[in-house]
Formats: sequence, structure tokens, C-alpha cells
Amino acid sequence: MIMPEKRQLTLGQMKVGQTGTVVQVLSDLGFIGHRGSGFMRRHGPGFMRRHGPGFVQRLEALGIRPGKKVAKVSSTLFRGPVTLRVDNAEVAVGFGMANRIIVEVDTST
Amino acid sequence: MKILLMGNPNVGKSALFSRLTGTRIIASNYPGTTVEFTRGYLKLGEERAEVIDVPGTYTLEPTTKAEEVSVEMLKDGDVVIDVVDATNLERNLNLTLQLLERRVPVIVALNMWDDTRHRGINIDVAKLEELLGVPVVPTVAVTGQGIRELVDRLPEAVASQTTYSSSDERWAKVGSIVSQTQWLSHRHHTWCEVLEDVSNHPVGGAFIALLVLFATFWVIRFIGESIIGYVTDPLFGWLWTPLLMKLSLALGSGGFLHSILIGKLIGGEIDYFQSFGLLSTGLYIPFAAVLPYIVSFYLALGILEDIGYLPRLAVLMDTLMHRLGLHGYAIIPTILGLGCNVPAVMATRILESRRERFIAATLISIGVPCAALQAMIIGLVGQQGVQYVAMVYGSLFVSWVIIGFILNRAVRGFSPELLVEIPPYRLPPWRVTGEKLWLRMSGFIKEALPIVLGAVLVVNILYTLGVFDFIANIAAPIVSGLLGLPKETVVALVVGFLRKDVAVGMLAPLSLTAEQLVISSTVLAMLFPCVATFVILARELGGRDMLKATGVMIAAALIVGGLQNLIL
Repeated sequence: MIMPEKRQLTLGQMKVGQTGTVVQVLSDLGFIGHRGSGFMRRHGPGFMRRHGPGFVQRLEALGIRPGKKVAKVSSTLFRGPVTLRVDNAEVAVGFGMANRIIVEVDTST
Repeated sequence: MKILLMGNPNVGKSALFSRLTGTRIIASNYPGTTVEFTRGYLKLGEERAEVIDVPGTYTLEPTTKAEEVSVEMLKDGDVVIDVVDATNLERNLNLTLQLLERRVPVIVALNMWDDTRHRGINIDVAKLEELLGVPVVPTVAVTGQGIRELVDRLPEAVASQTTYSSSDERWAKVGSIVSQTQWLSHRHHTWCEVLEDVSNHPVGGAFIALLVLFATFWVIRFIGESIIGYVTDPLFGWLWTPLLMKLSLALGSGGFLHSILIGKLIGGEIDYFQSFGLLSTGLYIPFAAVLPYIVSFYLALGILEDIGYLPRLAVLMDTLMHRLGLHGYAIIPTILGLGCNVPAVMATRILESRRERFIAATLISIGVPCAALQAMIIGLVGQQGVQYVAMVYGSLFVSWVIIGFILNRAVRGFSPELLVEIPPYRLPPWRVTGEKLWLRMSGFIKEALPIVLGAVLVVNILYTLGVFDFIANIAAPIVSGLLGLPKETVVALVVGFLRKDVAVGMLAPLSLTAEQLVISSTVLAMLFPCVATFVILARELGGRDMLKATGVMIAAALIVGGLQNLIL
């Protein structure tokens, strides 16, 4: 018998078709970087792809919260949004957000 | 009595509203269809109750402007009909429990009940009712199933006022309710779900997107041209023209009244593009040139909306839209703008930040021509050759991308990431889709016809008074010097403020070259939005941002028109 191996990945790292359980959704705080002035602050990479206010709450309201079973449905090219299934709903989240959703992946191979 | 229809986005509140009140409103299969509340009335015994369709919200702690509207509405509701998507019980019940914490009486409509069966979802309605402590009625809003019972049981709605100390506690309660009332059984994969899988694939999705866009474009053109060729043109040619010619004779083929009603005769005949009388061009533009494309565009849009394709397009477009300072969901207001800019600017409310709404609304006003304008451009510029129509569209699209790119750099703030629910594919409920088309068609006639006729009348009077010569002479240096157009085009550009379709019509008698037509159509599309869009822009963005947007529009139109003049 092969023991199911448990490992944690972000939703962004998961492969399409994989399922797992949400462990944690990292809040926005770590990402406010680029506090420098002028151009970088407005246009730096951290700036271009930041999440809206209170995105942990928004995800929670959509039913994506610790303990929920999720499946990665699709990803898009060029670090585009990731689609996941939670219960009977499909939700598309930006790539940055997808990397803040930590999932304990089911692997039974 | 005030009845509020509340619930998560895309659970069928608008469809239920239409059923309850008989007031038809637009319902579609994507979250964020309704961004403003709509009122209707329902007869309850002797009493006439007010029913309000509230924009969808996932929680009572709002995150977008549309959601703020909903929470604000809750204060003055007497009863809430909480519309719940039966196929997503858990997430929907979270809002239900939040509503139950308030003072207001609640009744639950367990909507999309028909969908639960083929998805293998079984719900014990009696048990759910017992656990929630409020009436629960299974409904199918698009067919009308369960609506009678919902109305009958409305008086049973009660307020429970159970409070939860934290959202975790509330979710725990939701979990316990779901585990006691719902069980899942085996189900088959439907063909809709197979299609979902294909369009979710990065390559398959892009392929499907191209196919859908190409097919949509083809269908719109085919239907629009067919209506013009087989219905409206014959009607005007065989029925209306002989009548007008008789009237023309009766009026003595000239004079003031003749020029107002029928306009100029071109070679002794009525030319519907050039005569410019109230009864000739004034009726031909809205009914024969524009309406066929309104019908074909909104038919195609309605089907795309109801299938549930638009949010998937939003996901595919997300990376590009981020370059323009927006996220993928902004594609939905943009596509609505191809019909009419007014609902499009309203729909920017589904975007999270003020910055995004400003960029989206500005880009729509500049680079997204409405169906009426497009129909006239196709009709007039198309006579010179398809390549010239393509030049207009190409210039608009390139400007849209470049201006978006610049605004993204210039406007302070950031564009938040996409976070949106993707609805399942559904077959369009044909009756609802048909009603929606009818609603948009009659809306166009009611709103556009008076303004078109008014504009034609005013134009005729001002011509007679010589006002236009005065304006034309003032603006001549810009128009002739920069854009290379005869100074009379100024008049058309000014009229564009009233109605763009009439403005394009005014280009017809000027005998412009194909290149001049391209330049004037492009400038006309970009320079100003019509007065109706202006009003909505001012309301949605506020006066200052509206002025900023207008500045961008004028600058962009003159630069692009000037460049076209240099290149062409």
C-alpha cells in the first residue's frame, strides 16, 4: 500500500486537475513592498499586481477559506488568473492571489 | 411595504424580480449584471408592495461600489427575499445568516432548484426551514416555478436576530446546517461541463475565444445586413418613398416646411442619407440604418451573456487588461459599450477601485463606438470599401490600447487583481433572452428616436439661420489645418454631441474622400461621447474626473486624427 503523501503548495504551484485542502490564505501585508518614492512605487512589479483591499475577506466570502476542499481547474499563460473549483462554484483569482492561497495537496500516487 | 431581493451575485434575482413584478429588467448569466437597484410593484391582496432588485453581494461587508449600494438598501427594507443558489448552498447560506443577524424579516427563495437534480444535489427543504427558522421555498425564476408559493408565504417571513461572535462561528453554523440538509449523489457529466473543461484550457480557451468572437462578428453582420436588405430598405423604398414624394409635390417641392420635413431632393429624388428632413433621414437613420444592427448586436450579446461566456473571456483577457490599468473583468463594461456607452459606464461599478472606474470609463468613451455609430460607419464608410471601415476600427483599437497604457502609467494607484466567480455554462432560457432583446430594442427606440428627430430639426433650423457657417469658420484652422477636412465637418462634430449616428449622417452630403471619411469618423468616435454618456460620466466619476476624461478624449481625438491625416 502506498501511503498518501501530504505536501503544501500554493494554488499557483499546483498542477491543473490537482485537489487539496486550503490551509491558509496569506494576508496582503507582506506585499506592500516598493515603498520607495516616485516611479518604482507606482509602477514597480509589486504595484502592478497587488490585490484589492481585504482580499482575504473577499476570498472567504466566496467560500475560499481554510479547511475547504478545492481543485485547480485551469491556469492561463503569462501568469494570468488561476481558476479553482470550490463546492459547485468556479472562481478565477489573479496569479498573485493564487500564490497566497496555501493548499495541502492530495497525492495518492 | 418594501420587499428587497437580496443574495449572492448571479443567483437569479433579476429573473425573479421580473417574475414577481411583471416589470422586465435585464437578467444575464454573469455576476454583476445589476449594478443599480430597480423598483417594481407586486399586488399583495389589497396592498401594493414595492419590490426592489438589489445588486448581488457575497457579504454585508461591501467590497465594490455595487455591493455598497446593496448594503445601503438594507436599511429601509421591510422584508428581504433572500435569493439562494441551491447548487451552492454553503456559500449562499453565509449571506443568509448575515441577513438573519439583522432586524429585518427574511424569507428564502431556494432558486435554480431545477439545476440541483442533474448536479446530484439533494436538499431537505423542510429541515433547512426548521434550522434557519424562516420559510424556505424552492423556485426556478426563469420558468416561474415556485413563485406563487413564494408570494403566498411572504407574510410568514420572520426576523431571527441570532448573532455570531465571529465569521468563523458563522461558517461553523453554515457547515452544520449544510451537513444536516444536503447530500450529494452520483451524477453524469453534462455536455456543458465538457465545454467548460475545453474553454478552461489555456490553448483550447484561446481557440474557443477566437472562434466565438469570429462567429459573433459574422452573425451580427449577417443578421444586420439581412434585416436591412430584406426588411427595412424594401419597406422604405417601396412604401415610404412614394408617400414622401407625394408629400413633396403637395408641398410644392421646396420651401421652408419642405426642407424641414423632407429636406433636399438629390436629383429630384429622396436620398435617405443626404436629404436630411425629419421624415426622410430623421426616420431612416434610427429605423433602417441603426435598428437592424441594434437587433443583431443585442441578440448576439444576449446569447453570450446568458450562456455565461463573458466571465471566461474576462479571465483570458486579464493579462492584457492589466497593461491598461484594469483587470479582466473590465472587458464586460467594454463589450456592453459596443452596444451603448451609457449602460457601459454604469457597469464599470463592478470594478473595485475609483482608479479602475476612471480608466475604464475614459477608455470606453474614447475607443468603444456604440452600435448606432458603428451601424452608420458601416453604412457610410462601407460604401467606399471594407478596408476603410477596417481603418476606423483599427485606429480606435490601437488608440484604446495606447491610451490605456498611458493612463495606467499616469493615474496614481494600482489595479487590483481579478477575483471573480465563473458561472457554469447554461443554455440561454430563450424566453428570457428574447424579452431582454425586446427590452433593449424598445429602449433604443424610446431613447434615441426623439433625440434623432430633435437633432435633425435643430440642424435644419440652424442651417437656415446660418449659425453653422459661423461655427465652421471659427473652427476652420483646426479642422482643415490639422485634420485635413473641409470646414463644414465641424458641424457634424458638434452634432455628434447630441447623437453620433446623426452626425455621421451629416458627413454624407459633404462628398468627402474615403480618407476624409475615415478621419472624420474616427475623430467623431473619439472626440466627445454623446450627451447621454456625458451625464452618466459626470454622475459616476464626479465633475472633476469627468472633465479630466474629456480632456483626454479631445487630446486623443486630435492627435489620432492629425496622425491619420499625415499617414493617409
